[in-house]
Amino acid sequence: MPFPSSKKSATAEEKSTGSKDFDGAVSAAVSKSAQAAINVKLTAEQKIEFYRTMLRIRRFEERCIRSYAQERKIGGFLHLYIGQEAVAVGCCSVMQENDQVITAYRDHGHAIAVGMPLNPLMAELYGKVTGCSKGKGGSMHFFDPSRRYWGGHGIVGGQVPLGAGLAFGLKYKGIKGAALTFLGDGAVNQGAVHEAYNLAALWDLPVVFIIENNGYSMGTSQARSSAGDLAKRAEGYNMAWDVCDGHDFYQVREATEKFLALAREKSKPSILEIKTYRYRGHSVSDPDSTYRDKAEIEEYRRTKDPIQLFQNTLVAEHVLNDALIEKIDTEAKEEAENSAAFAEASPYPTVEDISKDVYWEEDNPSQKKSQGRIFFD
Amino acid sequence: MPLISYREAINQALAEELERDPNVVLMGEEVAQFNGAYKVTEGLLARFGAKRVIDTPISEAGFIGAGIGASMLGVRPVMELMFWSFYSVAFDQILNNAANVRYMSGGLINVPIVIRGPANGGTNVGATHSHTPEGICAAHPGVKVVCPATAYDAKGLLKSAIRDNDPVFFMENTILYNDKGEVPAEEYLIPLGSADVKRQGTDLTIVAHGRAVINSLKAAELLKAEHDISVEVVDLRSIRPLDEETILASVRKTHRVLLVEENKPFCGVGAQISYIIQSKAFDDLDAPIKRVSAIDAPAIYSKPLEDEQLPNPQRIRNAVLAML
Repeated sequence: MPFPSSKKSATAEEKSTGSKDFDGAVSAAVSKSAQAAINVKLTAEQKIEFYRTMLRIRRFEERCIRSYAQERKIGGFLHLYIGQEAVAVGCCSVMQENDQVITAYRDHGHAIAVGMPLNPLMAELYGKVTGCSKGKGGSMHFFDPSRRYWGGHGIVGGQVPLGAGLAFGLKYKGIKGAALTFLGDGAVNQGAVHEAYNLAALWDLPVVFIIENNGYSMGTSQARSSAGDLAKRAEGYNMAWDVCDGHDFYQVREATEKFLALAREKSKPSILEIKTYRYRGHSVSDPDSTYRDKAEIEEYRRTKDPIQLFQNTLVAEHVLNDALIEKIDTEAKEEAENSAAFAEASPYPTVEDISKDVYWEEDNPSQKKSQGRIFFD
Repeated sequence: MPLISYREAINQALAEELERDPNVVLMGEEVAQFNGAYKVTEGLLARFGAKRVIDTPISEAGFIGAGIGASMLGVRPVMELMFWSFYSVAFDQILNNAANVRYMSGGLINVPIVIRGPANGGTNVGATHSHTPEGICAAHPGVKVVCPATAYDAKGLLKSAIRDNDPVFFMENTILYNDKGEVPAEEYLIPLGSADVKRQGTDLTIVAHGRAVINSLKAAELLKAEHDISVEVVDLRSIRPLDEETILASVRKTHRVLLVEENKPFCGVGAQISYIIQSKAFDDLDAPIKRVSAIDAPAIYSKPLEDEQLPNPQRIRNAVLAML
């Protein structure tokens, strides 16, 4: 689907009534968060970079679709982040030097948001040894400890106690920082999630649980999954909570920073529900025909696309113009294309590689203390 | 040499490692204020304080997952399962996250956790509290599994487990907690992956782990006294990594093997040992490999039957006699 570029050309393409309402409705909401302290201090360069990162995620994900469906280079699961870009980029953009982040399996956006280069990501999807996990993880398991990004996890909700643990670790070591722990609307009913909420509140852990609520847990809507509101469950644990609009980049920053500060300064946990939307199915194998109308998806694309909205904002702020928009898009597409070429040209791991990276001791033989046989046949 | 109990040996190992490394932290239900459900952690809260010895709510998936997360940042949690039977409550955290995170990240992360607690039946507490999951856990590449039978082994192995940079599952036994043994006052470590011949013999080899070792030694006494049969008892001590060499050396010496285990027969530890022995020492065997496992049913409650369900010395003795 062609990405609408600047407001001017979009008006020419769109029906006049629609875009007029769209512009009016958006500007009022956006301007409020734009005045928040965390946003007012941003330079034009920083804003452009955030916009660029969101678009790079979009173009990377679109290239993944082609690699998966047409070229058949990617196998297994592929859970696309298209439509949710403002959440990962917005939340990660307010991380400070000791903050940690962990998420579930819709993790490409977070990986790119923390700064992982695209080549190893695409190579990982292709199962190549040059992948960020040496081909051993795949789409759901991008990790980068050097960027304080702890994955990439496949079991719904399984990462949430880990996130509480990252917060525990920071607090134990006396490090002032917070753990951003992402989960989806489908994860909120897992027992392990409630256990993590309780531990965080009981022990005052500096964790921000971020519920990326895209409305659907695979094919099951929120209404059919969850009794009551999602973030509001925090009240049962005496935790702070809030809800914000994930299509509004500035709002995501403002809401996230508020709770990150609560975690860093007061070591108190919180739950932030961010309303967002995915245009594609749960994964590429989801025909996306049984649980929602095409019309609903179209409405979101047309009126709530986070990248389009932020583009509109930056054009209004005179930070972006048509030429720059074009340039950023061309570069993003090229970068995604190059990552596919890199992945294609890279070698696979060897059979010997299968047994590596299982045990720290085996991978560090000079420091090995154990004896005996660790692998069997 | 001091004579201390298995319980005391574990307590000493925990205290020494807490003292040695500020990153070590104990977590579990009733480990702090209650001094441990089985008094294994007695006195540690008083000595090290609430930051190092932490009571958790009943929340295995939560606190074990949190421990795994913290270990990714360099904390070294030693987490207690009050009963190893509760591993299934935290199965996803233990055998998906702890076991796999290193691999799925291509080696970028390691998880230096210890999970310890009693893994045993024989205490009249019924099927849900009597699990011995060493085989099930050891079936997952990425984890290490240790089952000490004596106070000496417990202390040396636990210290090694805590210093190990991989996840180590340490399986104790409530019935062994009071057993006394000689334990040096000076510091010592026992490396993972080393078995121990607990009794030298010539006629037949018993390979066992955990309390089955103690029962096998009792059976060996009976066999010597009543039938003048000389049984060698090999204590595995470590399930994964596994000391294959010691097992095979004994097989080559006696030519007959009886595997004794408290776990159930199907795909138990003995099944794996049996494969290795027939694969590597086939020509050294004078008879098929036999085993005495728990009788294949959930752990029965009724006491006399529970004693019969487990590999008691009489069942072991009878199995040896049938092989000779």
